[in-house]
Amino acid sequence: MAFRLKLVPDETKINFFQWQWLTFGVSAVAMLGSIILIFTMGLNFGIDFKGGTTIRTESPTSFEVGEYRQALDGLDLGDVSITEVFDPTFGESKHVAMIRIGTTDETGSVTPEELNKVEAALKTVDPQVSFAAVESVGPKVSGELIKTAFYAVGAATIAIMFYIWLRFEWQFAIGAVVSIFHDVLLTVGIFSLFQLKFDLTTIAALLTTLGYSVNDTVVVFDRLRENLIKFKNMALVDVMNLTVNETLSRTVMTALTTALALSALYVFGGDVIRGFVFAMLWGVFVGAYSTVYVAKNIVLWLGVKRDWSKPDPKEVKDEIPAAFRDAP
Amino acid sequence: MLHIPAWKRVLILGLIALGLLYAMPNLFYNRVESHNDAIVNMERSGVETPEDLAARAGWPDWLPSGLVNLGLDLRGGAHLLGEVHVTDVYKARMDSLWPTLRDALAAERGTIGAIRRVTGPEDQLTIEIGNPDQLARAVEIARGLATPVASISGAGQTDLDIKGSGNRLTVQLSDAEKAATDDRTVQQSLEIIRRRIDEVGTREPTIMRQGTDRILIQVPGIGSAEELKQLIGTTAKLTFNPVVGRGVDANARVGVGQVVLPSMDEPGVYYTLEESPVVSGEDLTDARPSFDQNGQPAVDFRFGPAGAKRFGAYTSSNIGQPFAIVLDNQVISAPVIRQAITTGSGQISGAMDVEGSTRLAVLLRAGALPAQMTFLEERTIGPELGQDSIDAGRLSSVIATVAVVAYMIASYGLFGVFAAFAVIINVILILSVMSMIGATLTLPGIAGIVLTVGTAVDANVIIFERIREELRRGKRVVKAIDDGFSEAMSAIIDANVTTFIAAMVMFFLGSGPVKGFAVTLTIGLVTSVFTAIFLTRLLIVLWIDWRKPKELVL
Repeated sequence: MAFRLKLVPDETKINFFQWQWLTFGVSAVAMLGSIILIFTMGLNFGIDFKGGTTIRTESPTSFEVGEYRQALDGLDLGDVSITEVFDPTFGESKHVAMIRIGTTDETGSVTPEELNKVEAALKTVDPQVSFAAVESVGPKVSGELIKTAFYAVGAATIAIMFYIWLRFEWQFAIGAVVSIFHDVLLTVGIFSLFQLKFDLTTIAALLTTLGYSVNDTVVVFDRLRENLIKFKNMALVDVMNLTVNETLSRTVMTALTTALALSALYVFGGDVIRGFVFAMLWGVFVGAYSTVYVAKNIVLWLGVKRDWSKPDPKEVKDEIPAAFRDAP
Repeated sequence: MLHIPAWKRVLILGLIALGLLYAMPNLFYNRVESHNDAIVNMERSGVETPEDLAARAGWPDWLPSGLVNLGLDLRGGAHLLGEVHVTDVYKARMDSLWPTLRDALAAERGTIGAIRRVTGPEDQLTIEIGNPDQLARAVEIARGLATPVASISGAGQTDLDIKGSGNRLTVQLSDAEKAATDDRTVQQSLEIIRRRIDEVGTREPTIMRQGTDRILIQVPGIGSAEELKQLIGTTAKLTFNPVVGRGVDANARVGVGQVVLPSMDEPGVYYTLEESPVVSGEDLTDARPSFDQNGQPAVDFRFGPAGAKRFGAYTSSNIGQPFAIVLDNQVISAPVIRQAITTGSGQISGAMDVEGSTRLAVLLRAGALPAQMTFLEERTIGPELGQDSIDAGRLSSVIATVAVVAYMIASYGLFGVFAAFAVIINVILILSVMSMIGATLTLPGIAGIVLTVGTAVDANVIIFERIREELRRGKRVVKAIDDGFSEAMSAIIDANVTTFIAAMVMFFLGSGPVKGFAVTLTIGLVTSVFTAIFLTRLLIVLWIDWRKPKELVL
């Protein structure tokens, strides 16, 4: 017998509904907590959504954030925040800071003169500093970006729901959408909790999370539909338990391969996309959880129409000759 | 069906070979890039320099030379989102309509009375007439000047919207004409920006229209958005106007049709000029940097036939008089006409350095922007940061692939090897498709590829888990594999279609990084379904044909 890494035994008989009130309660509390966090702590919007200017500086010598702040204090720039970026991939001679300057006027971006002053001021405290990236977004655009981001997440949800409704039943569509909401909300909640930068790339991560979570859910639903036809007299809850047990190995495998790949990106991918990767990594775990503990529970509560006198319409077509199909 | 017909095998392997071929140029990125640049250079200039020929020889012409386009975040460069003030043009249109309308109305002064333009909104022409009871006649005359709108959406409408009330006649552009004008203004701005950027010879700029009045400009390799802004933000409106007087008062009283403009290199000096120019920048056919007789940087220019004729006529009848060369509402110089200039060429000199004269020549050649632009978004990404990101992306992709491959082999043994092989081919296919269609790889795009590596095995996992189940039920090897594939199919399709939907939404609604990510995600989906279903199956079938296994441990 050759060696096989098996994280999940061949046959599992876990009753996933045994603790359904607890798991569902955890989900509900987490969702509620996320909402509270978002409204109390807010999100750390990046300049994409807030407008303003960010400057990424790089210097071969170490510096004090305080020095930078002092250098910029006299310039009357309004809301300035300076953070030092630490990253394991940086060498000894790489010291990075992010400077964010809030919007100053209607057009939003910091004027070139102001930018030159900022650069000159920083050069006086740190002559070797260089400016790796300068980005500015006006408030007009940032407002639109927020809007389109919301539209994107909303449209994707609706499109996916529609597809599932077509392919399965409306109960499945509702179950999938609730689990999407669950995942997206929890991900945004994490961003609020740790005050991670929330910008356009975060939206891309959210949409991917959404795609991944649905992907996961659909695989289970697909099996559930198959089992519903196969075991016509089994109680719905038992069919569901059977289905999840059958697909558990796959759910865990895929979540792990994806998590493995993303972890590599998280550790070695540099600080520029770390927030983005974190969102996806978190989304993979939440997505796997919601597949097992959220989506099906909703379907169970809604109940699925299992009218035995009329089996799956597809099979009816196959079995009854065309001539009799319309007969009563 | 475990039997795969020969033509299908050839097709699968052929597609993969094609993918490998098209992905290959990316291994020799710099060589292929200079090869491509050299070809473009030679085409543009029509000159074959030894350097270009050498660069071109660095990569065989008959091999594919498409490369994955690196996004600004990976290569460094500048990004600008500009908004064109399309309404600027309305005012100009109204101002130019006024003399014609005045003359048309003046011809019937007897019936409609005295006419006078009064101040009103900038995009309107407001006229008062002497006999209010003849307003209908005035409106009729004005309507006679309107022409049909030349656009599909505005078919059947005229370009002017004319209303009369009391003794007032208001004329403005009709909505259809406004829309058509807006469109033309943006198109024209786009064209001028493209010419200005092409003139300085940067590589592969992206200049795109976005929405109704926005233009997105991305230029890789340029130092900063500031430089880019200077290049395209300057209006470069050149005119030659008759000089009325010269003084030091910025608010000097002037007659009708005259303006006061400052001198560019003499502070505090103002010129009073006739507002309507003798010749303007539109008449230029060529402008190039040169040096004047004192060795100072200058710009040589040449007029087209019509401009040359007008300029010749004006200079011959105004010998001894000064005329002003005006650039963007500043007087560059006001030389005295010594003799008639009939050759249609001339020189602008003034306080400028070589760089300045080069830039002025570029700007003059490209023409003036039809309307002002404001910049809503600017991004500069330094080349070092881009290189760091590429390195980080490459390292993490390799590590991610190795980790996933190891995990798959540990879990599924030989079948894991098949799946791992499919995943690697998948990444190569993604790169080859991106090279073929010239898609842009961004940093989130790299994340998209890495994520694809993670999820690409999903289809294989679904299939393998299914085969395991079939084997547990005691099915024979071939039957179990066959059933495993066919049973897993619907789950794989549903799962990928839903992800595809999300990717499409990202592509159509997203911008910037979201879009870049959607592109790689979509390509990755298609290639991963192909490799997971066709390639893995082919490998398994080949193995079965070869070993004819009686039993299978999975």
